[in-house]
Amino acid sequence: MLGSYSEAEYGDFQRRLILLRIGLLLVVALLALRLWHLQIREGAYYRDLSENNRTRQVLMEPARGLIYDRHGVLLANNVPSFSLYVALDEVKDREALIEKLSDLLELDPAFIRKKLGGKGGKLLPRKIKDRLTLRDAVLIESHRLDLPGVMIQVESQRNYPGGVTASHLLGYVGEVSAEQLEKPEFSDLHQGSIVGQYGIEKSFDRYVRGQAGSKRVEVDAHGHEKRAVVVEKPQAGNDLYLTIDVRLQKLAEELLGREYGAIVALDPTNGDILAMASRPAFDPNVLSRELTPKQWVEIVQDEGRPLNNRASQGQYPPGSTFKVPMAVAALESKTVSPFSTVTCNGGYQFGNRIFRDWKATGHGAVNLHSALVHSCDVYFYTVGQRMGIDLMAEFGKEFGLGQSTGVNLPSERTGIMPSTEWKKKAKKEPWLPGETISVAIGQGYVTVTPLQMANLIATVANDGVNYRPRLVLAVMDRITGNLQELPAVPRGKINAKPETFRLIKEALADVVKVGTATRAKSSVVTIGGKTGTAQVAALRTGPEESIPKKFRDHAWFIAFAPVESPKIAVAVLVEHMGHGGSAAAPLAKEVIEAYFKLNEGQSAGATDAPVAERVGATSEPL
Amino acid sequence: MIDRMTEARGFDTFDLRYIGLIAAILGIGLLSIHSVTHDQDGGIAPYYLKQVAWICVGTLAFIVMWAWDYHTIARLAYPAYAVVLFLLVFVLFEGRTSKGAQRWIALGPFSFQPSEFAKLVLILVLAQYYSKAPRVGWLQRVIVPGLLMLPGLLLILKQPDLGSGLSFVAVYAAMLLMVGVRSQALGIALLFSVMLFPFVWEGAWGALHDYQRQRIMAFVDPSYDPSGKGYHALQSRIAIGSGELMGKGLFGGTQSQLKFLPEGHTDFVFAVYAEEWGFVGVLVLLVLFVSLIWLSLDIASKAKDQLGALLAVGIVSMLCFCIVVNIGMTAGMFPIVGIPLPLVSYGGSATIMSMASLGLLLNVKRRRLSLFY
Repeated sequence: MLGSYSEAEYGDFQRRLILLRIGLLLVVALLALRLWHLQIREGAYYRDLSENNRTRQVLMEPARGLIYDRHGVLLANNVPSFSLYVALDEVKDREALIEKLSDLLELDPAFIRKKLGGKGGKLLPRKIKDRLTLRDAVLIESHRLDLPGVMIQVESQRNYPGGVTASHLLGYVGEVSAEQLEKPEFSDLHQGSIVGQYGIEKSFDRYVRGQAGSKRVEVDAHGHEKRAVVVEKPQAGNDLYLTIDVRLQKLAEELLGREYGAIVALDPTNGDILAMASRPAFDPNVLSRELTPKQWVEIVQDEGRPLNNRASQGQYPPGSTFKVPMAVAALESKTVSPFSTVTCNGGYQFGNRIFRDWKATGHGAVNLHSALVHSCDVYFYTVGQRMGIDLMAEFGKEFGLGQSTGVNLPSERTGIMPSTEWKKKAKKEPWLPGETISVAIGQGYVTVTPLQMANLIATVANDGVNYRPRLVLAVMDRITGNLQELPAVPRGKINAKPETFRLIKEALADVVKVGTATRAKSSVVTIGGKTGTAQVAALRTGPEESIPKKFRDHAWFIAFAPVESPKIAVAVLVEHMGHGGSAAAPLAKEVIEAYFKLNEGQSAGATDAPVAERVGATSEPL
Repeated sequence: MIDRMTEARGFDTFDLRYIGLIAAILGIGLLSIHSVTHDQDGGIAPYYLKQVAWICVGTLAFIVMWAWDYHTIARLAYPAYAVVLFLLVFVLFEGRTSKGAQRWIALGPFSFQPSEFAKLVLILVLAQYYSKAPRVGWLQRVIVPGLLMLPGLLLILKQPDLGSGLSFVAVYAAMLLMVGVRSQALGIALLFSVMLFPFVWEGAWGALHDYQRQRIMAFVDPSYDPSGKGYHALQSRIAIGSGELMGKGLFGGTQSQLKFLPEGHTDFVFAVYAEEWGFVGVLVLLVLFVSLIWLSLDIASKAKDQLGALLAVGIVSMLCFCIVVNIGMTAGMFPIVGIPLPLVSYGGSATIMSMASLGLLLNVKRRRLSLFY
C-alpha cells in the first residue's frame, strides 16, 4: 500500500466497508418495509384519504323564485353575490382561522365562532357571510393559502329592484335561524340556508324557496375547484304573481309620504289586495343582508317602527268609521228603522256623565242616513246604548273585527272587538255600561287594523259577500312551467237584507257628496265612504295645532267606488293627522281615481289578462 | 509512475453501468418533476427543462471532477473550504430568503445554495486531512477534524438549513468511523456528548426556527400541531400510501396534481413518484439507488490510496444519508428536515453537487491500481 495506508488499516477499512454495505442493506430494507406497509398494507386506507382529499361537498343554494306584481312587473329577483364558506374538515386550527377572518373582514370573532358551530355534519361547509364586497372577496382569495378550508362561492342573492316599494308586503329574507331549524317545516334546510323572514317571502317561503343542490368538486390544496364530480342541480323556487298593482302601490306610498300610516286597496269582488302601503318603510335589500347587532338595534328601536306593517299589524281605534258596521247592526237588529230619528243637541247624558258630539251645537233631528252623512255621535250613542255591547260585538265579528282576516302575511294582528265576555277574560272586570257608549262611536276598547277596515268596507260594497284578502294571484312552477292560480276564497256572507246595504251605501255616497268627506268627491268616479277620527289622548285642550303631534288624532277614511257597482275598496289611516275628512279622504280619492285611470278601457276581470297571457305562453292548461 | 500508468485507462463496462444508473435515476427525477409541475409556471422555462439545464451543467461538473486528478483536487480542499466559508458568511448577509431561511445567493435569474457545495468541500477537507499524515490519538482523529467542520456547520445551521447541517455531521461521523476510532476515543466522545447534551439541546433547540421546532414536534407528537405542519407529513404519507402496488400512473397522482402535497418537485418528489408508480416503481428506484451505492462502495474498497478511499466513503455516506433521510421523511419515519433526494429532486445546486461528487468517485476508480483487476 501507499503512503500512510498501512496493511493493518487497509484490512480494517475493508471490514468496515463490508459493515457499511450490510448497514446500508438493512436501512434500505427498513425503508422498503415502511413503504410496503404504507402502499400495500394500508394502501386502500390512504387511497380513501386521497379520494376525500380531492373531492369536497359543496352546497349549491337554490335561486329563490321571482316575485312579480299582477301585471308582471318584477318586484324581487336574484343577483349574483359572493358568499364565504368554511369547510370544517379542512380547518386545522379553528381559533386561528377565526382570528384571521375577523381581521380580514372586520367581523366579530364571536359571530364567526357561532357560524362555525352551527348545526350540521362535519362535511357540510358552513356559510359565514354573504354579500361580500368585491374587495373582501379578493382579499380572501389572496389569503387563500393562510386560510385552509375557506372558500368563496358565487351565489344568487335576493334583490328587490324597487327598494322600499311594497317592502312590508314583500318582506325580506335571511339565514334560517337555529330555532327555525328545529321545526319540521325547515327540516330539509341547513345552517346558512336562506328563508323568508317577513312578509310574503316568509308566508310563501315554501313556494319560492326552491331546493338546494350539491356537487362534489375536485379541488386542489389551495381550494381551487378543478372540476365538478357529481352535480345535483339546485332547483329554483317557483315564481309568484301578486295581486298588487305596483303602480297603485307606489302611488299609495307616495301619498303617505313622510307621514306614518297605511293605505289598503282591495277588489271587493274577489278580495284581491291591489295595494297595501305602510309608512315608514324599510329597505328589504338591507334587511336581507347579515346585519350587525348595532344595525339591528337601530332598526328595532326606531321610533317609527318601520318594520311594523301598519296595514295588517297596526291596531287603532276605528273612530267614526265604526259607524258603518254599527248602522248595519242597528238596522238588522231592528234597533232603529231607517226613518226613526234621534234629536242631537251636542251631547248625550248617561248617568252623571255627558258624552259630547263632535259638533258642540248638535245636529238637530237625525235619522240613520243623516247620522252617517254628518257623522252624528249622539245618534250612535243612543243606538249603541239601546243595542248593548254584546249585540254590537256580534255584528262586529260578522264583519271580521277582532279576528284575523286570513291574509297570508305573518303576524297579522286581530284588533279587539270588545264584549262583556271579552272584558271578563282580558281585564277580569265586569263591563261598565258607559263603555258601551264609547265603543258605539269606535272609541274605547275597540281597535281595528286598516286591512280589517278595508275588508269591512269591501264587504259592505259587495252587499255582504266577504272574501279572504288575497295576495298571490298565481304561482308559476319552475319545473313544469305550469301557472297555478290561487283562487279567491269566499269567507261567507253577512246575514243582512240587500235593502240594508242599499240604504247604507246611499248614505256613504252622500258622505262624499255633501257630508264630512266632500274632499273625496271625484269627477272621475262616484265614491262612497266614511270618515273617522280616532282619539289618541282622552283630554284635549286648545286648538289642534297646539297639541304635540303624538297626541293628535288619527285620521281614517274608508271608501269604495264606483258606488253603483264597486270595483275597489280603500281604507286610509294617517297617524296623528287629525280629521279623517281632511287628512285621509283626499288620499283615498287619489288612489281610487288612479285605479280607474290605470284600468281604463278594461272590462271587469281584465286586470288578470297578463297572467292569462303567460298561461298561454307556457302552453300548459291550468 | 503508477499514476501515469493508470491515467491511460478509458471507459469500461463498469463505467457504463455506473453512468447508466445515474442516467436512469436522473430520468426518473425529470419524469416526476415534469408530472408535478406540468401545469405550473416555472418562470423562464418549465421546471423539467430547467432541470435538464442543471443536469447539463452537472454533466460538465461530472466531467471536470472525473478528468482532473483527485490528488490535485484534494490539494485545493482548504482554499475551497475558505471560499465556501466566505460564501456562507456572505449568504447570511446578502442571501435570498425563502420560507424563513436565508440559503441562496442570487446570480442573475439563478440562485445557488453554498451549503450544498459545502458538503462536497467538507468531504474533500476531511479526506485530505486524514490522508496527509497518520492521525493518531483521539485529539487528532476526532477533535481536530471536528473543529475543522464546526465553522461550516454553525454557519449552515444559522441560515437555518437543518438538512444540510445534519448531512455535515453525518459525513463527519461516517469518515470518522471509516478511519477507525479506538474504543477509548469513542468512549470519551460519547461521554462528552452525553455531558454536553443539555447544552447542545438548549443551544440547538433555541437556534431552530419556529417552523423547524414545529416540524420536529409534529414528528414526535403528531397531535402537537399548532399550525398544520403535520399536514405536510400527512399529505406525503397519503400520497405514497395511495399509490398502492401499481400507482396511479403518470399525471394521475391526485395528491401531487391537485397540490395537496407541497414541495412536490423538490423535497417531496419521492412521494410524487411513489404515488404515480406505486410500490413497484418504488422498488425499482430503491434498486437503482442501492446498485449505484454498491458500485460506489466497490470503488471505495478498490481505491489505490487512503485519500481515494476516504473521498469515496465520504461521498457514498453523504448520498446514503440524503437518500435514506429523504425517503424516510416523506414516508413519515423521520421528521421533515428539508433534504432533497439526490439526482431526483429539482434544484440546481443539489443536482450539480451530486453529479460532481459522482464524477469525483469515478475519478477515484479511474486512478485505482490495476493490481485489483
